[in-house]
Amino acid sequence: MDAIESAFADGPAFVPYLAAGDPDYDASLEYVKALARGGADVIELGLPFSEPVAEGPTIQAAVNRSLDAGMTPDRFFAFVEELDVDVPLVCMTYYNLIYRYGDDDAERPRAFVERAAKAGIEGFVVPDLPAEEADPLREACDEFDCDLVFIVAPTTQGERLDRIMSRVSGYVYVQARLGVTGAKANVSEQTGQSLDRLAEWDVPKAVGFGISSGEQAGEVVAAGADGVIVGSALVDIVAEGHEADEDAATVADRLEAKARELKDGAVAGAQRTPRPERT
Amino acid sequence: MPAIEELTDAYERYVLDNEDGFVDEFRDRLRDFGGRPTPLQRAERLSERYDTEVYLKREDLLHGGAHKLNNALGQVLLAKYMGKERVVAETGAGQHGTATAMAAAHLDMPCEVYMGETDINRQRPNVFRMRLNGADVTPVTAGRGTLKEAINETMRDWATTVETTHYVLGSVVGPHPFPAMVRDFQAVISEEARRQIREQTDGLPDSVLACAGGGSNTMGAFAAFLDDEDVSLHAVEAGGSSLTVDEERGVAPNSASLSTGGEGVLHGARTRLLQDDDGQILESHSVSAGLDYAGVGPELAHLVESGRVRAVNVDDDAALAAFHRLSNMEGIIPALESAHALAYLERVAGLDGPATEGSSGKPRDEAHDDLGDTVIVNVSGRGDKDLETVIEETDRREIEEAPEMDVFTEGL
Repeated sequence: MDAIESAFADGPAFVPYLAAGDPDYDASLEYVKALARGGADVIELGLPFSEPVAEGPTIQAAVNRSLDAGMTPDRFFAFVEELDVDVPLVCMTYYNLIYRYGDDDAERPRAFVERAAKAGIEGFVVPDLPAEEADPLREACDEFDCDLVFIVAPTTQGERLDRIMSRVSGYVYVQARLGVTGAKANVSEQTGQSLDRLAEWDVPKAVGFGISSGEQAGEVVAAGADGVIVGSALVDIVAEGHEADEDAATVADRLEAKARELKDGAVAGAQRTPRPERT
Repeated sequence: MPAIEELTDAYERYVLDNEDGFVDEFRDRLRDFGGRPTPLQRAERLSERYDTEVYLKREDLLHGGAHKLNNALGQVLLAKYMGKERVVAETGAGQHGTATAMAAAHLDMPCEVYMGETDINRQRPNVFRMRLNGADVTPVTAGRGTLKEAINETMRDWATTVETTHYVLGSVVGPHPFPAMVRDFQAVISEEARRQIREQTDGLPDSVLACAGGGSNTMGAFAAFLDDEDVSLHAVEAGGSSLTVDEERGVAPNSASLSTGGEGVLHGARTRLLQDDDGQILESHSVSAGLDYAGVGPELAHLVESGRVRAVNVDDDAALAAFHRLSNMEGIIPALESAHALAYLERVAGLDGPATEGSSGKPRDEAHDDLGDTVIVNVSGRGDKDLETVIEETDRREIEEAPEMDVFTEGL
């Protein structure tokens, strides 16, 4: 589990998201590699679930394209094995896929984590798993040396915040605003307040939800984030390429350029406002 | 999820502890606005047909024509007590949406209802009713455009607006405290039925039947009987056109998650779900929009697993036949949901399907062994909303009890 924390050690981390297999397996492999070339420090790879309730329309559509193209948990693991990128990979999915994985006598959710770790996954984000129900997954993650990332909403507080703090590792996913995923024009002012509440947490804070430009990435980092998570703005590029029937290499180039813009923006944000040392 | 913590706190204070007289106001409004208590009526001709005392709990006579008002009124009132400014709801057959829209109008609360496009097309009268009561009806086009997608969309709205908005969830599903809270609001059905059957027969029923989609009328009809171990409880699911899953298309042509589903996690609850081997949720299907959901309430799933409740199912044809039977034998047009529960009487009596040996019109002895001498069937709602569906579906099938439909279908 050191790989993810290390990725946050040298300046602000850029954490892009793509749904694995969107719009199809082979193109998606190229797209994820392009993100790595563009400067990704950690990559969140979506394992598509049929009911993506935490996602806005952009990622929901990506999930559906991937499912229509035949993505399954086992193909996802094959995908991760084939990727072979030098960037830590986090699997973002919903709990039912984790819970159901394995044959009848499989130990759940251990079987999923074991298989994922073997494929090269270093951590998990599970938006529909509350911290209260997360102990079995946390134990499996510990056994296989994986991180478990939790999402903290602007409204999360009190005991729930403490429960998350005691179970989170790798990084904490700070939701920049209420709602579901989706690119937005302005970075919410809730971001700064959210980061303040987590100032004492001994884990990197990555801000996501609504970040779509290098400028915004810089603002978020200047506000104190240790990293930026960007999904919908990248998925938009995949969707546009798919709709225009462009070849994968062209779309990959565009993704790489966007990734570089976001990474550079984050770095510039750190230079603009000196960040306090993380203890 | 502070929304869930806030709601849990409100549920415990107002619903369980009657703080500020919440429960008293709820009961008063159920009586004066809702028309409770609803009758428990002995169905004379059904009793004769099945050689069993059949009693109908007439939730179709509740204001709005379905049991859904019990929960909607409870939750909109609770939203008021919580200081919320707006309610959102999902709806399948539209009955929950209309009940929420009515309760919101009654309590002067803005209301937005998400409804799958498929369901909008097959439940138009309910869409009109929601609009008339001042609610916004937002179509959901994702997936097959039924209840599951409407729930996803409502959850997204709620996640964005949680500080000012309460989500009036329509069944005993979703994260705690929803399943418990909805059950408590619906428990008035069985509290009344239990009192009424004792007044009318000096005893308890041998069986209670209720249809089960998400399971709100089921839990409402069973709640007060759970401790009466001699009363057998039957949850009747929608067997649709087949119990076999179409793996290729990812469709279960039924909504029988209790009978055929597997354990899983969806919409914040661990329960029984229609899902494929990987855990992807299947599209469900039922001729009844209100039963068309891939999951079921977690408490109901638990009661089935523990053996307290028996899960059974009947198919679309049997439900349609039961719809016509109750309509022309008893003068009650039931919701297609409720028709499933009624169809199970026919099944147990061995009267369903083409005549075979042993089903010559006389009930089999085992009918009595299974259901006993006194049966309560929860008529969860009235069927006005389903008329177009029933006319179309009856016209393209052979339903013995049905009148000729072509006189109607010409105009559709």
